[in-house]
Amino acid sequence: MIAYLIRRMLYAIPILIGVNLLTFALFFVVNTPDDMARLQLGIKRVTPEAIAHWKQQHGYDKPLLYNAQAQGAEKLTDTIFFDKSASMFAFDFGYSDDGRSISREIVTRMGPSLSIALPTFIIGLVVYVSFALLMTLFRATALDIAGVALCVLLMSISGLFYIIGGQFLVSKLWHWVPISGYGDGLDSIKFVLLPIAIGIAGSVGASSRWYRTIFIEEIGKDYVRTARAKGVSELGVLFRHVLKNALIPILTGVVVVIPLLFMGSLLTESFFGIPGLGSYTIDAINAQDFSIVRAMVFLGSVLYIVGLILTDISYTVVDPRVRLS
Amino acid sequence: MNFLPVILWTDALIFLLLAVGLGSAWWIRRQPHLLLPWRRVAQSRVGMVSLLVLALFVTVGLLDSLHYRAALPEKSDGQTVYAPEVLSVFDHLATGLRTHTEKTYSAPLAVYLYAKESIELPDGRVTRDYPRLKYGGAQLADPPRDWLGDVVRRALTGAAAGLLVVLLLAAGSARLFPALRRSPPLFAVFVAALLIAAAGGAVADLARAYHVLGTDKVGQDVLYLSLKSIRTGLVIGTVTTLVMLPFALLLGIAAGYFRGWVDDAIQYLYTVLSSIPSVLLIAAAVLMMQVLVETHADWFQTSAARADVRLLALCLILGVTSWTGLCRLLRGETLKLRELEYIQAAQAFGVSSLRIIARHIVPNVMHIVLISVVMDFSSLVLAEAVLSYIGVGVDPTTNSFGNMINAARLEMGRDPMVWWSLAAAFGFMLLLVLAANLFADVVRDAFDPRLNRMEAA
Repeated sequence: MIAYLIRRMLYAIPILIGVNLLTFALFFVVNTPDDMARLQLGIKRVTPEAIAHWKQQHGYDKPLLYNAQAQGAEKLTDTIFFDKSASMFAFDFGYSDDGRSISREIVTRMGPSLSIALPTFIIGLVVYVSFALLMTLFRATALDIAGVALCVLLMSISGLFYIIGGQFLVSKLWHWVPISGYGDGLDSIKFVLLPIAIGIAGSVGASSRWYRTIFIEEIGKDYVRTARAKGVSELGVLFRHVLKNALIPILTGVVVVIPLLFMGSLLTESFFGIPGLGSYTIDAINAQDFSIVRAMVFLGSVLYIVGLILTDISYTVVDPRVRLS
Repeated sequence: MNFLPVILWTDALIFLLLAVGLGSAWWIRRQPHLLLPWRRVAQSRVGMVSLLVLALFVTVGLLDSLHYRAALPEKSDGQTVYAPEVLSVFDHLATGLRTHTEKTYSAPLAVYLYAKESIELPDGRVTRDYPRLKYGGAQLADPPRDWLGDVVRRALTGAAAGLLVVLLLAAGSARLFPALRRSPPLFAVFVAALLIAAAGGAVADLARAYHVLGTDKVGQDVLYLSLKSIRTGLVIGTVTTLVMLPFALLLGIAAGYFRGWVDDAIQYLYTVLSSIPSVLLIAAAVLMMQVLVETHADWFQTSAARADVRLLALCLILGVTSWTGLCRLLRGETLKLRELEYIQAAQAFGVSSLRIIARHIVPNVMHIVLISVVMDFSSLVLAEAVLSYIGVGVDPTTNSFGNMINAARLEMGRDPMVWWSLAAAFGFMLLLVLAANLFADVVRDAFDPRLNRMEAA
């Protein structure tokens, strides 16, 4: 198993190099540093000196990939690619346009992101699976059909509606919790309640329906018939057999997002003014601060690959037949 | 000629898609085995009613995709000059809605403006009050007394006219009425058509004298904006698919069929792409595209052309970032198919790989393609709104649900609240996405070979 994990991590390196090259091409080849400087300084009436100054200030005054003027190994290392892209492998994200360390920002902003994403994830999973089990228990009855119809309706509503509607109803009309903001420690509870609730409500439709499909598929299998024939009650079948066997397809979709919880949610955080990584990213997008966006893209890919590895490990936990080799 | 046809990029692609759709429909009609699953779709009441709703949306979208530039009044030198503004056939049909702009917000069906203004009375004094709207209910002499009666009368006559049109059309085909009794889906479609015609007729008649869904900040009719947004949603939902399909089909099947290093290379490619969180990848690509468009303003003749190129670029970006899921499915299915006897036999007979793929593999994975295309449509429509909110969506001048929501979002804080743009955008989007989701479910059930037909029947 350890050997397998090490091999998987080694596999991750070429993929991360690919991600790195892709983002580099996207950010520097499609738009040269000159274009970036012109955009940052305003497109009209920019002198070449101003552009050169901006590039020098932000460290973009080097060749992109190959520095013919440098000596020895510096031919490759004294370039924008090495400075801005390759350094990300050491998790050195450099500085944002306003001169702050991106790595430090990421560390401080992870907490608020997690305080919303983690409860949403855990409570959400319980809610979705319970709802799906309920529909499965009453399958092919009016209750089940109504449940599926409700799910389709809920998943057809834009995620923005849940946020705007929820903020309006709960915060503005009923004054239960503040509209937006964030506090320290226990003080933050009143700020995170509504985002969590909305986050769960926003995906209850799609998730519950998906889990219901999985359960229904399992319940048609032979071992369920055997269990019933032995006299296991319907609830016993559902919880002891179906739920356990359905864990593999559920885990496939669920475990991979766990590391990504660190990244927070772009929409929720920006609507509720949570100082997490999601709002950090969205501010960077709006301010066209490419260093931050690039760092977040890289971080997201790393976390996704960690998620894939975790998924493999989780299979061995729930299914003793799976051996990682 | 008093107009100059303008073909925007997305127009061309939409009509190309339409041609492909009609062409394959014509072809499928003559293939009994391909027609069978579609017959199952036609047997479903939900499927047919949602198809009717989708067809209405598509009609609006298509009318809105025939663009032209009107000729300006002729000058003395006899040269025709065309207006810089690009209009569509839909704009022409809805000229009333388009041109009747008020000063600022007004509530749905309102007669008075949302904000107070200084009004000069006939005797020269000035008061602050809500002024009458320029167009909304302008025909009323005494609004407080006449308003309700007028609205109800117009709604009823409009609804009656709508019903009459559908009934006349139905009476035109004599075979319809006996068929209605025999076929439940046809009956459901008929009832739905009656309801939609009644509602549509009422809205159309009211819209001649009122702003049915109110007006927005600069006084534009919200109903008009919502209808215009439909095209953007449809373009994103369908053109993206068009972009994505070649990638997914070609690479997915190649990976599964050839295996070896081809498979490794393709798997590497899609693992890299899918390991970047899609929102971030889209955001990064759109940001870059925006910089490119902004630094090359001279590429575009009209602002409509620029907005259109940005819409197309968004579709391209969404397509390039979203083909990996389907590609993975197709690879898996091809891996399974290539081990089957009939393919092995074809290989033994020396049939070329290209021919095997074209004749034996592609037809057998088409159901997966179709299912994933219809399932993706609704999520793409929803994604547009979110992306436009983040600021990486369509051009700010393009009418889209995302831009409507974005503009209206800040007005929730006003008192009294300006809720109508938001409600209209969400309502139209819900209708479109719900119809698409329901239709997608029916299509999936009809095409999925894993489902047990005996049980479903």
